Amino acid sequence: MAEQFMRLPHGGRVDRDNPRRFRFDGDEFQGLAGDTLASALLANGVHLTGRSFKLHRPRGIVSAGVEEPNALLTLRSHSRTEPNIPATMAELCDGLQAKSQNRWPRLAFDALAINDLASRFLPAGFYYKTFMGPTRGAWMYYEPWIRRAAGLGKPTHTADPDRYEREHAFCDVLVVGCGAAGLAAALAAARAGRRVFVLEQHAVAGGQLLSEPADSNAEQWRRACLDELTAQPNVTLLLRTTAFGLYDGGVVGAVERVSDHLPVPPADTPRQRTWNLHAERIVLATGATERPLLFGNNDRPGIMLAEAARRYLNHFAVLPGRRIVVQTNNDSAYAAAAELAAAGANVHVADTRANLDDTVIQPAAAAGATIAPASRIDSAQGYLRVEGVTLHGPDGRHKRRCDLVCVAGGWSPNVHLAAQRGERPTYRCDLGAFVPAGLPDDIATAGAVAGTLATADAVAEGWRVGGEAAGTDAGEAIAAPTTAAAPGYLAANNTDVGEPRPQQGKVFVDWQNDVSVKDVELAWREGYRSVEHLKRYTTLGMGTDQGRTSNINALKLMASLRGQDIPTTGTTTFRPPFTPVALGALAGRRAGPHFRAQRCTPMYDLHCERDAAFVTAGAWLRPWYYRTHGHDVDTASIHEMRAVRENVGMVDASTLGKIDVQGPDAAAFLDRVYVNGWRKLPVGRCRYGAMLRDDGFVLDDGTTSRLGENHYFMTTTTGEAAVVMSWLEYLLETAWPELRVHVTSVTDQWAAIAVAGPNSKRVLEAALSGVDLDDGELPPMGVRDDVCGDGLPVRLLRVSFSGERAYEVYTPAGYGDALWRRIEAAGADFGITAYGLEALGGLRIEKGHPIASEIDGRTTLEDIGLGAMDRGHKRFVGDVLRHRPALAAADRRRLVGLKPIDPRQPLRAGGLVFPNSARVEGHGIGHITSVTWSVELQTHVALALVEGGREREGDIVDAVSPVHDERLQVEIVSPVFIDPEGSRLHA
Amino acid sequence: MLRINCPFCGLRDHHEFTYGGDATVERPALSERSMEAWYQYVFVRTNPAGWMQEYWQHTGGCRAWLVVERNTRTHEIGATHLARDRITEVDRG
Repeated sequence: MAEQFMRLPHGGRVDRDNPRRFRFDGDEFQGLAGDTLASALLANGVHLTGRSFKLHRPRGIVSAGVEEPNALLTLRSHSRTEPNIPATMAELCDGLQAKSQNRWPRLAFDALAINDLASRFLPAGFYYKTFMGPTRGAWMYYEPWIRRAAGLGKPTHTADPDRYEREHAFCDVLVVGCGAAGLAAALAAARAGRRVFVLEQHAVAGGQLLSEPADSNAEQWRRACLDELTAQPNVTLLLRTTAFGLYDGGVVGAVERVSDHLPVPPADTPRQRTWNLHAERIVLATGATERPLLFGNNDRPGIMLAEAARRYLNHFAVLPGRRIVVQTNNDSAYAAAAELAAAGANVHVADTRANLDDTVIQPAAAAGATIAPASRIDSAQGYLRVEGVTLHGPDGRHKRRCDLVCVAGGWSPNVHLAAQRGERPTYRCDLGAFVPAGLPDDIATAGAVAGTLATADAVAEGWRVGGEAAGTDAGEAIAAPTTAAAPGYLAANNTDVGEPRPQQGKVFVDWQNDVSVKDVELAWREGYRSVEHLKRYTTLGMGTDQGRTSNINALKLMASLRGQDIPTTGTTTFRPPFTPVALGALAGRRAGPHFRAQRCTPMYDLHCERDAAFVTAGAWLRPWYYRTHGHDVDTASIHEMRAVRENVGMVDASTLGKIDVQGPDAAAFLDRVYVNGWRKLPVGRCRYGAMLRDDGFVLDDGTTSRLGENHYFMTTTTGEAAVVMSWLEYLLETAWPELRVHVTSVTDQWAAIAVAGPNSKRVLEAALSGVDLDDGELPPMGVRDDVCGDGLPVRLLRVSFSGERAYEVYTPAGYGDALWRRIEAAGADFGITAYGLEALGGLRIEKGHPIASEIDGRTTLEDIGLGAMDRGHKRFVGDVLRHRPALAAADRRRLVGLKPIDPRQPLRAGGLVFPNSARVEGHGIGHITSVTWSVELQTHVALALVEGGREREGDIVDAVSPVHDERLQVEIVSPVFIDPEGSRLHA
Repeated sequence: MLRINCPFCGLRDHHEFTYGGDATVERPALSERSMEAWYQYVFVRTNPAGWMQEYWQHTGGCRAWLVVERNTRTHEIGATHLARDRITEVDRG
């Protein structure tokens, strides 16, 4: 067959000089630049594009826009595979690969089409009925089969190679939709000098005007408007951009398909871009969508909306059929009928109305179309393509052969965006349509969406609304174009959607979800009568098209079943997005390592050079272990722990939260936020402190130093640094504004290195020349700011997390690298070992120091063994509610140590504790919070929160990990495994 | 998609701010020993439909704690004050 044999020799807005090759299900075809995949397929006579969701019925192209329920294809291949793209929205690019979906082994012969014959077993609510109650177990058995049979396209599992972006923009007037009304509104606002954004979801702006012939007056008008708009520096026209959501505060979310019309995105160009548009005023000119009509087998390929046929004819120069039956219940189909006939097709119009307006039908009749009043289609014939229809008119029934049926069931305004914020649209009986209602002052509607379908009226309305949005009176409207289209709203209360006769074949209301008239009736009989129930029970209106072509027809059916009018029946809720949005577009650049901010310490590059394996701690990347110390985390961390216990190690502690607290009331402030007291702490000393939340649970802990009379240096845990900072600011600004205290986060200003182990003092003496480390000068819990002989500033804290003699050395962040190198070089003679977070954790577990695993927001001071910190002589945050009776209950889970009877048996963090040999049921009597191998004791050890706490010391209990199917005997011991008297701090 | 008018920084996107709870509940004095008073303050909230006052912190900006009027029905943002100023006014009143 000749290529593009349905392409007309003249007309359209396609580029005949630029042919495009593409593949559909492996076969090669040719189209033109400017085609959509749908128009290119139709140019080659292909209507059959897919199989339906549930019944696997053959389906064809129904529309020319986003409302497309059937022609969903999988585009491209490999990692760029994208399923469920409407062929009507996919622009043709050279080499495009498209595949039909939900068929096996191929589109023309689909084995699962047997579902159609068995459809009485697959009624509405089939899943609910079949797999609830006693048969529920069957779901497990049948689910894979059902999931395979019912489905849309399949995504790829490989990573998307393309880039996505997010962009914020601000404007005075945002116009959504670039048809006649939108163009007029944008022009009015642009001429008033406002910053205007105009969004158009198609590649070409013009909306319904694109259905007018390319040599028409409407086309000249469209071009003139666009020329003026695009020449204005204050106007941004975004094509291929869909406004998917209307949010609070004048924000519109839109996705721009920047490169989807190209084979591959060009370098440095994103594939799609999500816009967050903040607009002072919004004009919605989102148009209207034509509805189909109901008759037997109304889903056969070759049955399409009349307006779509007209779009293919006039915009794409494609004749979608040669022998055409037009079924209509309103005037709007006659332009299509006239133009299709003039293009050489045999056209027969069956109008459900008995009395027709001569002026409306005359052009079609003059072009050669035959017109039959009071005539409707009973059913369609054909399988893979419509072959004929049975018509029922005043003179009885007769069959008529055809290869295309155009259906025109009236128009539904695209109220989605206008209704997304919760304002329900109202039904206008004079139009037979829902229109937006209850919009706030900063949002206006114009054109078909507002029920103004005649082009001249839409232009006038757009002009007026655009002027109002710009804050000026735009004056007399620009002249409107003349169009062939007639208004297609129905006469008052015309709810005629067809007279379906189920015996003549299935009558589909929702094509995408395979919901038929019988399913709607079944839902009604079974009591699902509210539209929201109808939707959920039958899935009507769900899916990628969200029922654009089906909702109103279903409403009309339900209204007549209930004997109600349509306003009483109501609509379902409209929610974003208007059309499907790729997750990648929403994520933008926030993917992979850019998912969230990653913080690196000043010594990050040094750790990389030393082959550190990193782990995420809060927002920070911290060395987990150094690969030079062992081939895996266990081997390496044991090596690193041993170095600290026996010799000396160094660890990057820069991630600790650091807060500078200054002011005459600093001591009083700390007294209020910490459990323990700070007034008597001498200058040059530090103290371990714990703070509570208002509800009495432990918030955080850390060491705070007194640097001067009114100057403290607080450290917090890595994870809670930001929380503590905000909390201190909150207390100072809302609760105690009378306190003369200032808090400043200095986390990023200081680098910190902890040097720990028996040789730590010797290493630092060698590293920090001129700094006196004498124990008299710097005793345990001593603090001093000092400067090395060569000017390197340091802040020294004699504190220990590991239990060994240890120092924390702080230096301004810019010196962090130098300080690390200096300590490392000086320590080389002692064999200093850098250690990571795993060893740090192991060392503190051996000492029983609680961290986030134990201070988990559910533990009290007593739970983690810090009850003695509250001496009861001052008031502090949380001191009242911490005494709630339940928090003192004897069965509170409290901190203990665990040791396996068999020392080589590893314990599992997150494991449960049960009484010895008890049945594993419920949550047990405790849970394991932290585990490590103790280098010193040569046994696995763990910290755990166990009912009764240290009262149980000596008890043998079971550590259970149901997910690993493990159970082992452990002894409850003190959480301080080594050096309980703390003698090593002085070693 | 709210925007909050920070007294220091001007009209800014709400992503820069962190919600901090109901600003109408009155915090008991630190000397308050009544468990009931603290229980009411920490746990008991009304859930008004309409205008309410909330604490927000401009964490991504000047870090000031603000009292923001917000309409829970419409998400409309009303007047904003520095929390510090408001408390001073209450003290004066």
